[in-house]
Amino acid sequence: MTVKVQREDFDVGAELAAMTRGKTSIGGVTLFVGLVRDMAGGESVSAMTLEHYPGMTEKQLEAIEAEARARWPLDDALIIHRYGRLEPGDQIVLVATASAHREAAFESCHFLIDWLKTKAPFWKLEATPEGERWVEAKDSDDAAAARWANQDGDQKG
Amino acid sequence: MKVLYFAWLRTKIGVAAETVDLPPEVKDVGGLVEWLKTRSPKHAEALANSKVVKVAVNQEHVPYDHPLSPGDEVALFPPVTGG
Repeated sequence: MTVKVQREDFDVGAELAAMTRGKTSIGGVTLFVGLVRDMAGGESVSAMTLEHYPGMTEKQLEAIEAEARARWPLDDALIIHRYGRLEPGDQIVLVATASAHREAAFESCHFLIDWLKTKAPFWKLEATPEGERWVEAKDSDDAAAARWANQDGDQKG
Repeated sequence: MKVLYFAWLRTKIGVAAETVDLPPEVKDVGGLVEWLKTRSPKHAEALANSKVVKVAVNQEHVPYDHPLSPGDEVALFPPVTGG
């Protein structure tokens, strides 16, 4: 189980290989990779700067990873989140989950990215032709995270 | 007590962190946010809408009725937008 918060890019293939090497109990891996889009709210985005809260970021990501492990039978989980200046097409985040069976891998990966979006202390500053602007949180992200809380019944979204 | 600011709260207030001596009547997060508003017009403007001012104490998300202790690390920030 690994959490990495880094400025540098990551190699999805190399991370997948490292995660599964020698672990033949794994039956399937689900990967989610988030990328920087070139459009947001109808405006073109030339770059994005991700700020975070060092210390709390790692703590929160480790907590949601532990929550995923408590809910699903996982052989491994990996979260990599970048910070700093990124451009359209750049990778922002990788969430990977490995389990004996696909259902646990799919569901836990979906859970992790939904929860990460509402709990991990990152903030996006977009550069647009109109100038720089802080991205506002979306109600749809809260709803996506709350879905997992309702399903379980013991967590507040 | 150390107070940290992130994202537009940091740029509006103009500092990333400050150390404050809390008056004894400030006992919880909601009281701290109200008291911080009195420090300067910039604080008052940045903290005007508490719906978009989230708080962490010792790096955990907390509600406004969370109690405060003198050695706490408190962070104020807008709703998060990672992922």
